[in-house]
Amino acid sequence: MSEYTFTADQEKEIERILAKYPVKTSALLPLLTLVQRADQVVSPEAMVAIGKKLDVSPAYVQSVMSFYTMYHTEKVGKYMILFCINISCQLNGCDRLLEHTAKKLNIKVGETTSDEKFTLHREECLAACTEAPMMRVNDTYYGNLTEQRIDQILDSLD
Amino acid sequence: MTQILFKDINKEGLRTMKVYEELGGYQSLKKAFAQKPEEIVEAVKASGLRGRGGAGFPTGLKWSFLAKDVFPRYLCCNADESEPGTCKDRELLLKNPHLLIEGMILCSYACRIETGYIYMRGEFHDLSFIMDKALDEARAKGYLGKNILGSGFDLDIYTHLGAGAYICGEESALLNSLEGGRGEPRMKPPFPAVEGLYSKPTVINNVETLCVVPYIVNEGAESYAALGTEKSKGTKLVSVSGHVKKPGNYEIELGTPTSELIYNLAGGIQNDNKLKAFIPGGSSVPMLPASKVDTPYDYESLAEAGTMLGSGALIVIDDSINIVEATLRLISFYMHESCGKCTPCREGTRWLHQIVERIMQQKGKLEYITRLEDICDNMSFKTFCPLADACVAPVVSSIKHFRADYEEYFKNIPAGAAS
Repeated sequence: MSEYTFTADQEKEIERILAKYPVKTSALLPLLTLVQRADQVVSPEAMVAIGKKLDVSPAYVQSVMSFYTMYHTEKVGKYMILFCINISCQLNGCDRLLEHTAKKLNIKVGETTSDEKFTLHREECLAACTEAPMMRVNDTYYGNLTEQRIDQILDSLD
Repeated sequence: MTQILFKDINKEGLRTMKVYEELGGYQSLKKAFAQKPEEIVEAVKASGLRGRGGAGFPTGLKWSFLAKDVFPRYLCCNADESEPGTCKDRELLLKNPHLLIEGMILCSYACRIETGYIYMRGEFHDLSFIMDKALDEARAKGYLGKNILGSGFDLDIYTHLGAGAYICGEESALLNSLEGGRGEPRMKPPFPAVEGLYSKPTVINNVETLCVVPYIVNEGAESYAALGTEKSKGTKLVSVSGHVKKPGNYEIELGTPTSELIYNLAGGIQNDNKLKAFIPGGSSVPMLPASKVDTPYDYESLAEAGTMLGSGALIVIDDSINIVEATLRLISFYMHESCGKCTPCREGTRWLHQIVERIMQQKGKLEYITRLEDICDNMSFKTFCPLADACVAPVVSSIKHFRADYEEYFKNIPAGAAS
């Protein structure tokens, strides 16, 4: 396993994060997020490097990481589509729209398109229930979805 | 209707220090620093403010439970808003971050706290930038940092992002997550006020709760207590969603009839369908049938009607859907979000899901309904945290009020299909 190295900018950011907490371990989630935002995934090498920074074992890092749904160990598409399927969205027709989206991308829910541009996932409530049906594409929330609006959004992403 | 939290919510630039201060923001700090910390705690007690995150525990009382003379102490703002139906805190964070900071400063001063964290759900990544910017503005103004406004009181506040786990909205799971662990709930007692973050006395309050505090300090506890009902004081943000024409977050005085929220504020039922059911306080509380729509929206009246005010998320369901479909969706959510620590929750949520799914596939037997109730009985109050109870709520209430919807699935079952 090759050694994972943080960039100079990342080292600076890590210092800033660590300064927030009296106990280093608190920086675990922020560091995992930092790595995933740079690499799209958290590799075993990165888990070791994060463990070293925080004086915890790689096994501990992995155990914590596996608890949270937002971390990936496998590559996902450039755009991660999280489609809310919880109750307020269900009542407003999200099932039909999710089906439409999967069909448009020519993949099943949970899959990534062959050009690695889109990954489509079902998601639980994203706290935008008054804009149901809604989805989150990377960091952006899109509400009041219709088939037409979904097409427009996806077509506008390059 | 009196607006406290949403008074200026749509003012342009509200999230900047400049506009926020022009509208009277941060005025409460000087008033607070002229008083003893205990006086602020007493004022919050007298205001009748209760936790707006779901449990409805009296806020001032919570603050007064902090272990005496143990320092440092911490404040954790619960901004992990994840309860299905609830999206009020997101609107506050997005549009009025300084109100939360002001509330956190007041709480910290009252409770002699020098470090605060805002635990935001991971999906609020963009909102954390808005919050960080507002925190920087507050630091630059001297509202955070050392010796705030010459009071001798020091405080800093930081944002912290979760990473996708509903359970982290439960306060002890939130603490474990903030400490860099798996978000599993802790055994209570000890309560966070005694042993919380890093085993130190900790106050954990919801975003909306903290946002009320500046009003109490500015206008006095009596002004706040004059709003609402005798026991449910003040105003509440209610997220109205589902089958309504104008879904949105609305601020009401507690005690306003639920029908006013549905038919007036939220514009009535979509397609002019008939109201069938509503879930008044987020997916974790029992649903009620349409006949209860005039129930005053306050803690006591909703409890009397057999449900709870919860986080203030009113989910409206019309007669176009079989309730079992909605119930299965909620069970599926709790099954996904169970942290797996307690057996009744880990296994129970799964069993409920399997059985309801079989019923919907017309592979059920009528006695399955009794089995569902039996499993629910074995899940209730038997776990570290209330997630199992939350899953039980829609199941038990849907059977109680909409048994006919379950029975629909037993009609016309082909002979021999049941197993």
